[in-house]
Amino acid sequence: MYEFAYHKPSSVADAVKLLSADPEARPISGGMTLLPALKLRLNKPSSVVDLSGIAELKGVRRDGAKIVVGALTRHYDIAASAEIKAAIPALAWMASTIGDTQVRNRGTMGGSVANNDPSADYPAALLALGGTIQTDRRTISADDFFTGMFSTALEMGELVTAIHIPVPEKAGYAKMKNPASRYSMAGVFVAKGPAGVRVAVNGAGANGVFRVAQMEAALAANWSVDAVAGVKLDASGMNGDIHGSAEYRAHLVTVMAKRAVANAG
Amino acid sequence: MPQVTLTVNGSTHTVEVEARTLLVELLREKLRLTGTHVGCDTSQCGACVVHMGGDSIKSCTILAVQCEGADVTTIEGLAAADGTLHPMQEAFREYHALQCGFCTPGMVMSAIDLVNKHPAGLTEQEIREGLEGNLCRCTGYHNIVKAIAAAADVMHGKRSELARAAE
Repeated sequence: MYEFAYHKPSSVADAVKLLSADPEARPISGGMTLLPALKLRLNKPSSVVDLSGIAELKGVRRDGAKIVVGALTRHYDIAASAEIKAAIPALAWMASTIGDTQVRNRGTMGGSVANNDPSADYPAALLALGGTIQTDRRTISADDFFTGMFSTALEMGELVTAIHIPVPEKAGYAKMKNPASRYSMAGVFVAKGPAGVRVAVNGAGANGVFRVAQMEAALAANWSVDAVAGVKLDASGMNGDIHGSAEYRAHLVTVMAKRAVANAG
Repeated sequence: MPQVTLTVNGSTHTVEVEARTLLVELLREKLRLTGTHVGCDTSQCGACVVHMGGDSIKSCTILAVQCEGADVTTIEGLAAADGTLHPMQEAFREYHALQCGFCTPGMVMSAIDLVNKHPAGLTEQEIREGLEGNLCRCTGYHNIVKAIAAAADVMHGKRSELARAAE
């Protein structure tokens, strides 16, 4: 790792001040993506701003018809949350499949959402559930927030503070893990909720998380495994790499969509 | 240089570190607790697993300065003062759950967290899945799984099917 300065602010305002004053400063929550990148010298921040001292960013609560997750809530806490298990079991299960135990004990929902790794799990859930991302200065719908691979609507110095997720009627998730890295090769989140019937895909798209309109229409007309089984995706929008061709990923999306509908609850 | 104060195996230490110093570097190089190993150094192999606040974490993927005020337990902190091994260590010995031994400290630390988080007991499948973050290059998983099942029984004060079958 290159050298950097270290700051640990105790409020969102102080963190935003530090991050806004210096374009080379980087926020850290669990550090499960940032630290490996720093160790490989892929990133050279002037300073690292540790958010872990900001108590207001932690915790899960039910607020009427939605679940509110503090940005610093760890994957482990989401998987173990009684509120989330009761309201959106597919989201709790999704959190339990991220990385390994040690990653889940450190990594946070806010960090994952802000990073928008194309193989990250949560972006598909938030897109399918019609979630919104609250920052230090505004609220952004998931549709507007995820703007492409590793790209979001966040401005310089803008921090994710919480994620608001409407409680769906039903939702399901399935993913094909890369057998070595465990990252999603293709993951599909299906949901029927206040935002309608939505289907979102991670891991497979050449430009990050995306929705599948044909599957949404098919499920809206007939919520069943058979409804999505007939929807085949074109390989042209898919990511192809050493782990799998674009054609293979396109095929996986349909298979995962069927499984997601089958295990929706 | 930043200072960090943390508790390791019950003793409080205040150490000067660079901001980029990893927890595992603090443990091994500053405190000379070399039982915690560095295998891959890329957050994959789990040889560096320690407990922080009761949770297993990879000490190669956390900055020492992030551990301010933390309560850390390493493999050296498991046995009693008189040398009596932790039930997990005892089970690893009893079931020969190691070959070269390099992954063992991390395996033991992950296994204890796994057992603690499953008070109702663990199936063999849950043990295997729970070890996802720990690699054994000797591929000695079979006896590791048996040892964890046996230790879980001791830690929870009961006996499992798997442990009975292994006897």
